[in-house]
Amino acid sequence: MAKSKNQLERRSTGTIPKTLTGISGLDEITLGGLPSGRPTLVCGEAGSGKTLFSIEFIVKGAMDYGEPGVFMAFEEKAEELKANVASLGFDLEQLEKDKKIRLDYVHIDRSEIEETGEYDLEGLFIRLGYAIDSIGAKRVALDTIENLFAGLNNTAVLRAEIRRLFQFLKSKGVTAVITGERGGNGLTRQGLEEYVSDCVILLDHRIINQISTRRLRVVKYRGSVHGTNEYPFLIDDEGISVLPVTSLELNHEVSTKSLPSGIAALDKMLGNSGFYKGSSILVSGTAGTGKTSIAATFANAACLRGEKCLFFAFEESPKQIIRNMRSIGLDLQKHLKEGTLEFYASRPTLYGLEMHLVAIHKAIRKSKPSVVILDPITNLITIGSVSDVKTMLVRLIDFLQAEQITVMFTALTLNNIVNEQTDEGVSSLVDAWLLIRDIESNGERNRGMYIMKSRGMKHSNQIREFVITDKGLDLVDVYLTEDGVLTGSAREARMLMAQTGEVIHAQAVSRKDRELERKRKILESKIESLRSEYESAEEELNKVYVEEALKKQIMGETINKIADLRRGDESGKEKNVNKKNK
Amino acid sequence: MPIGNPDHPDSTQSADFFSLRLFIAGASPVSARAVVNIRAICEEFIAGRYELDIIDAHQQPLLVQQEDVTAIPMLIKKSPVPIKKLIGDCSDRAKVLKGLGISY
Repeated sequence: MAKSKNQLERRSTGTIPKTLTGISGLDEITLGGLPSGRPTLVCGEAGSGKTLFSIEFIVKGAMDYGEPGVFMAFEEKAEELKANVASLGFDLEQLEKDKKIRLDYVHIDRSEIEETGEYDLEGLFIRLGYAIDSIGAKRVALDTIENLFAGLNNTAVLRAEIRRLFQFLKSKGVTAVITGERGGNGLTRQGLEEYVSDCVILLDHRIINQISTRRLRVVKYRGSVHGTNEYPFLIDDEGISVLPVTSLELNHEVSTKSLPSGIAALDKMLGNSGFYKGSSILVSGTAGTGKTSIAATFANAACLRGEKCLFFAFEESPKQIIRNMRSIGLDLQKHLKEGTLEFYASRPTLYGLEMHLVAIHKAIRKSKPSVVILDPITNLITIGSVSDVKTMLVRLIDFLQAEQITVMFTALTLNNIVNEQTDEGVSSLVDAWLLIRDIESNGERNRGMYIMKSRGMKHSNQIREFVITDKGLDLVDVYLTEDGVLTGSAREARMLMAQTGEVIHAQAVSRKDRELERKRKILESKIESLRSEYESAEEELNKVYVEEALKKQIMGETINKIADLRRGDESGKEKNVNKKNK
Repeated sequence: MPIGNPDHPDSTQSADFFSLRLFIAGASPVSARAVVNIRAICEEFIAGRYELDIIDAHQQPLLVQQEDVTAIPMLIKKSPVPIKKLIGDCSDRAKVLKGLGISY
């Protein structure tokens, strides 16, 4: 209770104190719930969920917020009501025993009643007052008070009394929900909206293309900001869930972390890392191009990392997907057993678009995955127009981004016209768009994949051939030649040719090498002979020099001797010379 | 506070014995009027073969709930069957008699 009060205080934006209803989604739309201590009118046509709304308000209050409540039924008997809500897991019997709620059935049958004069509804006030006081109720629901008009004739008195009743509820300080049948010119048959001026919620049940969608709108909420749109809501085994607001601001957190796609080559194309966490990825292509395989590979990669993955299948049953993916080497069954993978398969035509959204929402809220797959979104178009689908996806993407969940859609492109519509409808929303295209040539159909866009990433602009093998998916380089793009067997042939060419080339190279070697050897031997030739010439030259020098020396000596012999006066010198000569 | 013939045995089985219950809310003018009116009618038409319980709704809220009282004053004819509820201050004498199944 303390927690809920804190939440309440945190959520209420203005001066008006609010009471959380506990109805999932509604508290977001109303920014904190219904006005505390005031009556709220919930109106709608027959079967729009008014009674469920009011009983859920009471039960959730009693169970989750520690606020006892009084439910006064004018339509259904207490036993009927108990039986009806038992399917939602509400045990009214027990709650009543625990003095958390009090049910009171007011029955007025015109045939049993005679009006004999002046009267008022004091009896009702006394009952209500007693019920409130006996359990200290904080919440009251009156369903449907307009039934009084069917049982009593004097409408003037009734109106005055109903006005008094609302005053009475306010003075009791209870938060009240009053339901009213839609009809006449106003919101309710008897114009109850005149009396309840604080908060009016309209429930609607519309059928478009034979598919019904429930919607809720806050018509008025005095003194508070509130979402004004029509919000789809779902009634299922857990009661009402309203799809919360599409957040009006684009201010969600972004992550720079990336998630591998499960295809290594694709990650490389995406700037070596994969997709950003919390981004939205569209995979589109014609029939049989392997969209589901890409999605399953992505899911498989997430599961292998131990992250939780939710797979929404709108085309195939989970078993079918598991079997088919086994053929490309993905064991999804294992992940299913470990609980990392969850399937939600439903036919698109099961319910309306908005209901799908609510269902998807609920499933995501419940299992809190990190990766979500929608396969394929194209099938949703069978139940809504392109613009409807776009609106729905905007809201879904918005929600997923706020929750930091990565989502991958697959989209089938039937022909060019639809292709452009669908893709353009969604392409502006998604962060990354992979396109798989059939490349038809040489009597073959092959798959080419390219990245149309990938926000905030240095992605490859290349067209790659996308191959599906029994070991998984892979991308191979597409051969670009003067004849155009080569894929499939033409590519294989070209690769073979290139390989052959390489061998021949290598052969040629080695032959040339050998020739070069031979030439080198010849030249070397030539150089050798030239060198020896040079050496002999040098030797010859040296011999001449030596002889010349010897000659010179001998000549010199001879001249000296002759001079000595001629003059003998210089004794010293002569002795020396003599000695030398001796 | 049972009003009527104290000598008469409590014979709810009897076809012509009237068992009536009147719910009022304190001493409001309309409640007071209702008490006066219904007493006069009973004394005039079914004197000696009726019992009239006058209950203040404020004092017995549980009974109010059990008897499914909404409008006040409310006169409930327990017997003879069928059970009939009359609301209002009983100023329309013809309607009261019709409601109680008394021919006059």
